[in-house]
Amino acid sequence: MSHPDLPVNTDTVAMVTERRHSRRTHNPNEAGRGRKVLLYVVLALGAFTFLFPFYYMVVGSLQAKVDPSVAGAFPEPGNITMDNYVAINERINLLQGLVNSGIFTGGVLIGTVVFGVLAGYALAILHWRGRGVVFALALLVQVVPFQLLMIPLYVMIARDFGLADTYGGMILPFFINSTAVIIFRQYFLQLPKELWEAARIDGAGELRVLWSVALPLVRPAVLTTIILTFIGPWNEFLWPFLITKEAALQPLAVSLANFISNIAASTSNPFGAMMAGAVVLSIPAIVLFLFFQRYFVSTDLGSSVKG
Amino acid sequence: MTAVSTPPPRVATSDGADAAPQRRRRRWLGENPLGLVFSAPYLVFVLVVFAYPIVFAVWMSFQDYFFAAPGAVVDRPFVGFANYVAVLQDPKVWQSFGNVGIFLLINVPLTVVFSLLLAYGLNTIVHAGIFFRISYYVPYVTASVAIVAVWLFLFSGDGLVNHLLGPLAPDPSWLVNSSLAMPTIALFVTWKGMAFYILLYLAALQNVSKELYEAASVDGAGRVRKFFSVTVPGVRPATFLVLLLATITGANLFTEPYLLTGGGGPNGASSSPVLLMYQKGIEQGNPDVASAIGVILIILVLLIAWIQRTFVGKED
Repeated sequence: MSHPDLPVNTDTVAMVTERRHSRRTHNPNEAGRGRKVLLYVVLALGAFTFLFPFYYMVVGSLQAKVDPSVAGAFPEPGNITMDNYVAINERINLLQGLVNSGIFTGGVLIGTVVFGVLAGYALAILHWRGRGVVFALALLVQVVPFQLLMIPLYVMIARDFGLADTYGGMILPFFINSTAVIIFRQYFLQLPKELWEAARIDGAGELRVLWSVALPLVRPAVLTTIILTFIGPWNEFLWPFLITKEAALQPLAVSLANFISNIAASTSNPFGAMMAGAVVLSIPAIVLFLFFQRYFVSTDLGSSVKG
Repeated sequence: MTAVSTPPPRVATSDGADAAPQRRRRRWLGENPLGLVFSAPYLVFVLVVFAYPIVFAVWMSFQDYFFAAPGAVVDRPFVGFANYVAVLQDPKVWQSFGNVGIFLLINVPLTVVFSLLLAYGLNTIVHAGIFFRISYYVPYVTASVAIVAVWLFLFSGDGLVNHLLGPLAPDPSWLVNSSLAMPTIALFVTWKGMAFYILLYLAALQNVSKELYEAASVDGAGRVRKFFSVTVPGVRPATFLVLLLATITGANLFTEPYLLTGGGGPNGASSSPVLLMYQKGIEQGNPDVASAIGVILIILVLLIAWIQRTFVGKED
């Protein structure tokens, strides 16, 4: 579905050139309006490309009989049913999967926020030997493709530590997020230095400064970090897939993937059941994102890479 | 801020300590040694989850390493480059690296062009900005596993895409066609990941100086000229980041070939190095060979990142 907006590119160029020529003519306002309309058309085409598969997912999950034709994109009321949701829930326990995803994600977020704030504060506010090295490490870690570590991590965590089929084994590799450390560092750096100095002159120890001054100020950064890092563990597939063989412990992404690759073929409406599971897996992330989308920004991230 | 002008840090543990050792410790550890304590959990984490596994992977790739029962004493001899020789003689490995090459050739240009244009558009409009942003971000916040279900449906032989294309539909269909499977995966990943790059470009566009646009206008530059002469160079740090992250995404490719094409089919046309690592390491029980693939992959990633830094990321 990505190529329908290929012509968009040339449209943009064409409309921009048109504006350039029209500026030399006598009616710039009218040309400006035409350009704006075109811009909105382009953006709307983009929105359609990004949203349509989700609309189609919901429609597909509600169809009693699968209809892949163009007409099938517009469901008729007689063909609508909840059977697909019942069918997939019989094969994989959707609720248990959601609970497992929640525990996995919650554990990761706790570690990410608690230790991210601590390290970010130390890197931004405190002067100690080696903080440059630690910050460089945090940047370097992001360049290492995590999947490359999967074999040694699997040997360590599943074999040596015996953490296969445990929540701890699932959470461990993601427990502290380097991106979060960098976001918190950038956030603390933006706050005026006088804040910390004033607190210290008043006799507050570092723990007190962190607890009473830094933490109340860092709330917006905590929300940004949660919204940026939530989707990681919630959507993570490969690692929990490697580490959990027991179905009762698997996050929903893993059980749905197992359903797609092994079980779906044996159901009466495989695509319908797959999409019903997909809707259940998507909804929590999308709803959370809708509520907190204004915190979904990358300013801190961008500035950290430049400097 | 010098050490002289600040009051001594009141570290809870230093109550009864003499002044001289404290000063010496401060010279050695810095002004606020507590910073090291605050960062310690993170440091331990990086050592356990990144540094040690990397060393372990390199060591494993030079051994005849196999899985054994916990606690069992087994002999795992040093075998030199034997694992690497085995990997480099395996045509499937070459094929998987070639597949990532195809992936990047499609993914990177599409990502750079569309995310920059959409971010530029979003940055220009006044109305409905929130609606567009939300629409663009929805695929990014959703699990690959969930969207894979829809794409399998859309691009199947009897799917909506082929219904729309009619006689133009490829045969065999997209995901089971050996020359179209990898490009289809590349399109999927591009579409899904676009939002993050739009986000990066939106942040970068805020930093392009307004004066440059005005100066360009005074010099008589049109919108196209301004876009290429002011915007594109202005967002270069973001472009470097996009290139770097797209490379890392390509190196990490696993979920999409595993699920969209049933484990890298047809005939390995959509397999990836990480997929091979999974098959050889976990399924076939050869973690030493899998580690050798990983080491080669990480060397290639660092090499590409270094090239990108040299040509795109350098500050003027």
